[in-house]
Amino acid sequence: MLILDLVKKLLEGDKRACARAITKAENNEKGALEILKEIYKYTGNAHIVGITGPPGGGKSTLTYRLSKELSDKGKKVGIIAIDPTSPFTGGSILGDRIRMNKLSTDPNVFIRSMGTRGHLGGLSKATYGAIKIFDAFGCDYIFIETVGVGQSEVDIVKTADTVVMVMVPGLGDDIQAIKAGIMEIADIFAINKSDLDGAERTTGEIKMMVEMDNSDKKPPILNVIASQNEGIEDLVKEIICHKEYLVSSGELEGKRTERLRSEIIDLVEQEIKSRIFNDRDIYNLLDNILKDVYNKEVDPYSAKDELFNAII
Amino acid sequence: MDRPIRVLVAKPGLDGHDRGAKVIARALRDAGMEVIYTGLRQTPEQIVASAIQEDVDVVALSILSGAHNHLFPKVVELLKAEGAEDILIIGGGVIPEDDIPELKKAGIEEVFTPGTPTTTTIEFIKNNLKK
Repeated sequence: MLILDLVKKLLEGDKRACARAITKAENNEKGALEILKEIYKYTGNAHIVGITGPPGGGKSTLTYRLSKELSDKGKKVGIIAIDPTSPFTGGSILGDRIRMNKLSTDPNVFIRSMGTRGHLGGLSKATYGAIKIFDAFGCDYIFIETVGVGQSEVDIVKTADTVVMVMVPGLGDDIQAIKAGIMEIADIFAINKSDLDGAERTTGEIKMMVEMDNSDKKPPILNVIASQNEGIEDLVKEIICHKEYLVSSGELEGKRTERLRSEIIDLVEQEIKSRIFNDRDIYNLLDNILKDVYNKEVDPYSAKDELFNAII
Repeated sequence: MDRPIRVLVAKPGLDGHDRGAKVIARALRDAGMEVIYTGLRQTPEQIVASAIQEDVDVVALSILSGAHNHLFPKVVELLKAEGAEDILIIGGGVIPEDDIPELKKAGIEEVFTPGTPTTTTIEFIKNNLKK
């Protein structure tokens, strides 16, 4: 398919074209940049919601329920579900669809699974491209389900308009709740599996943490049971409420502008890196210095200076 | 190839066992493939919709319930209707030898019965991709 045909079909809402465009972006295939450049002016309409939290917390089930609720309201939803890639073989098992199967044939929903392919931070490198493609495809909401996160995979905050942090009872005490990192990035807390023992305590600990927060917009805390569809309607309301707040307060523009800044910086960094390390002379120079560094004749910092001087 | 092969491993029909499908999924993962596993009791429509959205290179169907003569060709037919003829479709599970020629005629490129070494399946996929 010609690139312009593919873009045209994508803009018309053709699912196959959408799928193919994401593949091209993911594999960095020929034509991928052309597609992303071409569709950029059609993006910006979708509200991007990050669903993050520890492994096994119920992110997929929750994403399923939220998407179903929005689809029933006539909204078009794109889901990017990310699972880890093996650092050893490059393979992966992408299993998030298991919880969302009923949405596979929903005409309003498009689900795409992705491996992290070596990208740290909870997302895959192609997430950024896939978001734009879903946006141009006409999605009203895009859910990004991160890999199960630990304490510092916070890339989602730079990517999503609204971050929903999915917590579950019994994962740690109140010290966990006041640590830096993942706990700071939530716009909304959803305490899933709230029928389990310890749910009240977890809710209390997060409440305490949120109350210490000095910002104007304290994240709401909701108790949900995704597997039984409990609390989902309220969670959707909170997401919409946050979306409206971002628009009315003007925060959305600031947030998205900052996101573009970091995206452009990332792109420049990638370009610089690939140009430098694909340069034969630089590559050979590095190879030569490496031996001296290993033999302690040169230290790594002086080696850096030598390389840097050769580059500029 | 510098991109991972994407495979949808799916279990069509009313079949409660997926040990074999999980073993295959894991073997393909270890062979460097991206395996999208969709779980038990899938309709052909769900499988095809997933294959399209995930833009996979391969659909691997596993079945133990005996309904392969109906469900396998149905998946092929629906994929064709979507214009997705560039997806390699293979099958596996408890399938009588006598049924295999018909399934192949229907568009299942290869059928792997119990006891097939996973390396055979992996090699077959690598050598028969259509994309």
